[in-house]
Amino acid sequence: MTKRLFIDKLSSRWMVLCLSVLLLLPLAIGLGLVIKSSDLWLTHALGSLIFSQDWSPSESQFGFWPFILSSLWVTVVALIISMPLCLLAAIFLTQFAPTWMLKVMRPVIDILAGIPSVVYGVWGVLVIVPLVADIIAPMFHNESLGYSILAGALVLSVMSIPYILNMILEVFRQVPVELGEASLSLGATKWETIKYVFLRKGATGIISAYGLGFSKALGETIAVMMVIGNVVQVPASVFDAGYPLPALVANNYGEMMSIPTYDSALMFGSLLLFIIIITINVIFRYIIYKSEAI
Amino acid sequence: MKTAIVTAEKRVEHITTEVPIMNISNLNVYSKSAHILKNINITIPKNKITVLLGPSGCGKTTLLKCMNRLTDLYSELRLDGTIEIDGQNILTERNRITEIRQKMGLVMQRPYPLPMSIYDNIAYGLKLKGVRDKNVIAEKVEKHLREVALWDEVKDRLKSSAQRLSIGQQQRLCLARGLAVEPEIILADEPTSALDPISSRVIEEQFSKLKDDYTIIMVTHILRQAKRLADYVVFMYYGEIIEHGNAADIFENPQTDILKEYMRVGH
Ligand SMILES: Nc1ncnc2c1ncn2[C@@H]1O[C@H](COP(=O)(O)OP(=O)(O)O)[C@@H](O)[C@H]1O
Ligand SMILES: [Mg+2]
Repeated sequence: MTKRLFIDKLSSRWMVLCLSVLLLLPLAIGLGLVIKSSDLWLTHALGSLIFSQDWSPSESQFGFWPFILSSLWVTVVALIISMPLCLLAAIFLTQFAPTWMLKVMRPVIDILAGIPSVVYGVWGVLVIVPLVADIIAPMFHNESLGYSILAGALVLSVMSIPYILNMILEVFRQVPVELGEASLSLGATKWETIKYVFLRKGATGIISAYGLGFSKALGETIAVMMVIGNVVQVPASVFDAGYPLPALVANNYGEMMSIPTYDSALMFGSLLLFIIIITINVIFRYIIYKSEAI
Repeated sequence: MKTAIVTAEKRVEHITTEVPIMNISNLNVYSKSAHILKNINITIPKNKITVLLGPSGCGKTTLLKCMNRLTDLYSELRLDGTIEIDGQNILTERNRITEIRQKMGLVMQRPYPLPMSIYDNIAYGLKLKGVRDKNVIAEKVEKHLREVALWDEVKDRLKSSAQRLSIGQQQRLCLARGLAVEPEIILADEPTSALDPISSRVIEEQFSKLKDDYTIIMVTHILRQAKRLADYVVFMYYGEIIEHGNAADIFENPQTDILKEYMRVGH
């Protein structure tokens, strides 16, 4: 008896410990970034760091605005493409398609999710970049080298589809069949049932799937970096090249140049990314909270 | 043996003197591996409570789902035979399925309130029927909530989520929601099985009142409940109708050993 109780106590202690590590981890990372970038934000005004477009490290000018905008642009455009696609695909697969189709799709989705991002990057360079340069940009009377926000967004949307789709499929799987039967028995059509009942019932889950997809897309580095051009500028349209925050850090970290405060600037870039992700999460949490109230 | 058959036929005659509302003949339901309903023939009398009685797994839910074509959702099921309502065979209808379903209100084993407010749960069916006038909707919401004795309990929080009601209240809401589409028939599948005794009583009382205006077909495996409510009883066993007839006849004078056994165990 005492041994069992002891193990019981021990195991619950362990769980508390693991949980606290998990809770402290983001805090520790955040704190580390704040400290490591202090050389930068102690010597430069915060407002100009964020909103200035002037990026010339050799002259100690660190304006992060082009990077912040590139990151947001590429993520938002990617999500605009993949969000409705995933939702419609999930509705089709769970409500209309024969069951074998879902069974076939599951491993396909898993494989898509498992492809390393560098492979998506190569595919982007070989397929998406020429597609944007030769077909999509001319269609909108634009000139583009192909290495652009749009190319990054397309690659990113393809990458985020398996991730988001998987979560939305799970959301629909959890809606009880009886709820659909209740709606149909009241004289609703199948589409009305999906629209008024399933989507509402699943709203919370769908929104959190989008939220997680957003965070993940925002942080995606390699594949985007390979197709987006990496030019420091505020992109005027999706056909322009951009330079997202993760690419900035990944491209330059470790090349410790003799420029003072350069590596703390890169740390500051990571910190910005971290803050943006937290902000996005808070926004989505709020939306979820609102949607649960229905 | 012979006498048993004769009495069974007499019972059928007795029932057909009442006004029939639904006629099921030669209904068979097959799944891939099983014959779920075997040659069902019954006539449901109007403004009565018909109770489908039988042990679980005997096909009561399936029979109920045939009546409002929810069987359509299960592509593995194959149906043949006819179910006639108002002279129309609903099993062959291709286009007006939503209208057929609105002739029936469904109450399920557990309440499944729609993910919306109490008010909207009732208004949902009305809107599907094409009612647009806000005042009419409001009137009907009140009327049907009163009909199930829920109005006083929820009138101050009509706009709050239906999910927050107690399970007994939810079940009454689901009944009211079904009544709002003004059906002729109420289909109830073990409507009290998830409820506490008091909520169960409330539902039973509603049913006894509602039969003046509606025909009720109720599935139960609770013998006492069947005795309290039934006008007409259909006893099923392994997909077959073993006995059917007026409640008094069936309960006082069961013919088959299976029903006798069921009633003995059920006490
Ligand atoms: N969609 C289905 N596919 C295959 N078998 C089914 C299906 N629905 C019901 N059944 C089978 O039919 C039988 C009767 O089920 P049901 O009508 O739910 O019984 P009851 O409501 O009387 O408990 C059960 O054996 C069940 O397994
Ligand atoms: Mg059942």
